[in-house]
Amino acid sequence: MPEKLSFTLNGQPVSVEVDGDRKLLWVLRTDLALTGTKYSCGKGLCGTCTVLVDNVPQRSCMLRAGSVRGKEVTTIEGFEKDGELHPLQKAFIDHDALQCGFCTPGMILTAHGVLRRNPAATREQIVQGMERNLCRCGAHPRILDAIEQARDTLAGKPTAPAR
Amino acid sequence: MNDYEKLSLEILRSTPAGAAMLADRPASPERRRFLQMLSGGLLIGVTLNTSLLRADAEEAATVGPRRPRNELPKDFNAFLHIAEDGKITGYTGKIEMGQGINTSLAQMLAEELDAPYDTVRMVAGDTDLCPWDAGTWGSMTTRFFGPPFRAAAAEAKAVLVLLAAEALGVPADQLITRDGAVLVRGDESRRVAYGALTKGQRIERHLEVKPTLKDVAAFKIVGKPQLRRDARDKVTGRAHYTGDVRLPGMLYAKVLRPPVHGAKLTSADTTRAKAAAGVRVIEQDGLVAVLHATPDGAEEALALVKAQWELPPASTLTEDTIHDHLDATIKDAKVVDSGGDLAAGRAATKRVIETTFLDGYVAHVCMETHAALAQIEGDKLTVWASTQNPFGVRDMLARTVGFPPEKVRVITPFVGGGFGGKTSNGQCAEAARLARAAGVPVQVMRSREEEFFLDTFRPAAKIKIASGIDDAGAMTFWDYEVIAAGERGSAQFYSVPHHRTVARPSGWTGPAGSHPFATGAWRAPANNTNTFARESQIDIMAAAAGMDPIEFRLKNMTDARMLRTLRAAADAWGWKPAPAPSRRGLGVACGADAGTYVAAIAEVEVDKATGAVKVKRVLVAQDMGVVINPQGTLIQLEGCVMMGLGYALSEEMHFKGGEILDTNFNRYAIPRFSQVPKIEGVLLDHNDLPPQGGGEPAIILMGGLIANAIHDATGARLLRMPMTPARVKAALPRA
Repeated sequence: MPEKLSFTLNGQPVSVEVDGDRKLLWVLRTDLALTGTKYSCGKGLCGTCTVLVDNVPQRSCMLRAGSVRGKEVTTIEGFEKDGELHPLQKAFIDHDALQCGFCTPGMILTAHGVLRRNPAATREQIVQGMERNLCRCGAHPRILDAIEQARDTLAGKPTAPAR
Repeated sequence: MNDYEKLSLEILRSTPAGAAMLADRPASPERRRFLQMLSGGLLIGVTLNTSLLRADAEEAATVGPRRPRNELPKDFNAFLHIAEDGKITGYTGKIEMGQGINTSLAQMLAEELDAPYDTVRMVAGDTDLCPWDAGTWGSMTTRFFGPPFRAAAAEAKAVLVLLAAEALGVPADQLITRDGAVLVRGDESRRVAYGALTKGQRIERHLEVKPTLKDVAAFKIVGKPQLRRDARDKVTGRAHYTGDVRLPGMLYAKVLRPPVHGAKLTSADTTRAKAAAGVRVIEQDGLVAVLHATPDGAEEALALVKAQWELPPASTLTEDTIHDHLDATIKDAKVVDSGGDLAAGRAATKRVIETTFLDGYVAHVCMETHAALAQIEGDKLTVWASTQNPFGVRDMLARTVGFPPEKVRVITPFVGGGFGGKTSNGQCAEAARLARAAGVPVQVMRSREEEFFLDTFRPAAKIKIASGIDDAGAMTFWDYEVIAAGERGSAQFYSVPHHRTVARPSGWTGPAGSHPFATGAWRAPANNTNTFARESQIDIMAAAAGMDPIEFRLKNMTDARMLRTLRAAADAWGWKPAPAPSRRGLGVACGADAGTYVAAIAEVEVDKATGAVKVKRVLVAQDMGVVINPQGTLIQLEGCVMMGLGYALSEEMHFKGGEILDTNFNRYAIPRFSQVPKIEGVLLDHNDLPPQGGGEPAIILMGGLIANAIHDATGARLLRMPMTPARVKAALPRA
């Protein structure tokens, strides 16, 4: 049954009348018109629909909308702060770490979780952290390069030149 | 009116936008913008300065026979527009699905116009705004759209020079072009910007003698690496795909699908769905769909429909039995190539090697599933579509839904991957039919399960090869038959006196009763399967001759381009010759696709306990003629390597007759981050060859390359793709 659901979305408080059992993905895409979060498998198998809930990557296609009540949800639209790209977004551009771009929002938000858990993640640890996110175009090597650059930027280190 | 003007008018009438202009109908904002572009242009008499120009004999061949529709327009205005502020828009009927054409075409346009790269943007895949195009496939954008696109820019620039000559009162041969302006040579303070010449209008003047295209040596923008132009939109979520388009009052549809291919709907009880809040049910000529204001609402309502199906007879066809079935049911054979006397060549050969290779069904698995949004306003149908061929969709909708082509507009937003799978556009017809029935805009976006079920799979295939070598390791004959994959890439390029190549059939679809579900084009169609078989057989012969696999290829090859490409790969790798199996885990393969030659070397590690194959390093040498965007080319090459790992090692559709068993990523395994090898691309310098294809060539090598490397590592010869751990383990020689 529809209920009032309040949470923080990309830094702003929002309230929507929705059935809390609906999946967050569709509430975001349809009711809140934030289409940067993409559908791809609907079963939590590919990571394309990843959003941050209280700064932790979650698969919105599997997440009850009601479960984010009172929490902070960040989608790719909210990752850019005051017109300033996040170092991960900048690194994806610098490295051409995408082709069709459909998996990109999920890749960036998942990578954010990887680096938040382990700011000094090695390439192998980044691979492990990204392993459950799928890309069909084969941008994988450049995505790994980009995440390494963002890791170094976030740590205040000079970054290696893009390939 | 001269012939050229008559033809221009004819072409104008034949396009929806042109017809709209001539009919002076009320216009949408987009159409108004286009009308402004087309109409009220500069009608200035012209005397050709022929010293500036040279006839382009290729022009007629490029644009083909004169037909009113479905050909490239001849008026360069169809390809570009220069606004008064100097901003330049290029128009292409191709679509952007990740391959980077919005970047490479902008480079071509800026280069040929002598305009700053940053002032150029591209509009792609809108049938009302863009010049007709057959479809984005076959690595054809650069090869076949590039030349007429550049020619349009070259003509526009030459006309701008003529206009500037009049504006400045200076003879045209004393003018130069640079940075979007025409300047007086020797007095560059006297200049006029392109935008000031066009004032944003259509350019009415044309040249009967077309200017030549710029020489490669003069390139300043083409040939320089450029980052993708769409990256910022794609990393911020601003990039819109078809499923992201929102219209007031739109509904989301879910379409009833059969449980297996070949099932017939006998009844559908929609009572419960109709009773659900906010649900509309459409039943029309076998199409049963539920509509709701949310996609998940539609999905839930579909589950309320109780359908009865008449199932097809039980089938014994599976991924293991399909190959013999295809061999028995596909009769239509084409001799692709032949030479010498095959029977005599075989009779004279002592060492005959006969091998049968198998390949399975492979899915496209674009991350974006097929989607369409249809809107009907009055007598006009507009469809936003994730498609590789918007003009094909327009014509298909005209035929199947009953709108005249000029009343159908197809708009292609960013496409989330295609790989050949989005040449099948059933979702567009569904959305259009449902929008008409419902009277509101309707979106159809497939679930992942529908995406697998409705895919046009790369066909399973069987290849039979008999070939021979003499005592000196020279190939004596080659008898090749490919069943079900298709002919592309089947013709061998080795130097062998007696040979025949047969494709049964020549395409990638089979007759009724052959494939249990739809098959179609999959990135470098047929060539992946053919190159796997050919390059494996070559390696088998090299090993039988006791020769290093690269030396064997070089010995049996006279094609200078292939020799150079293979040598480039060997040199870049630092190849040290040794007969296989050398236990180093090194493989080699070469081939050609879309006019481009490729050769690759790979290193693999095989876990003998599990049969798992880890590809550690892949080097690809690529001769593609002139390179437009070296950065984009390398990205495509890397993508080919990554995607190729999938069909080589893990991707295979499991099925039972028309029942598709793998319908999501838990069962169908595409490549992941842990599989990323070190990838190196070597682009050969070949500037006297026009640009060739880049999106597909490298992927053709991955099957044969890995099969040969597994053999070199272990002595096991894999004859069937994908080379799963179980198949590798089963092929390992007994210890």
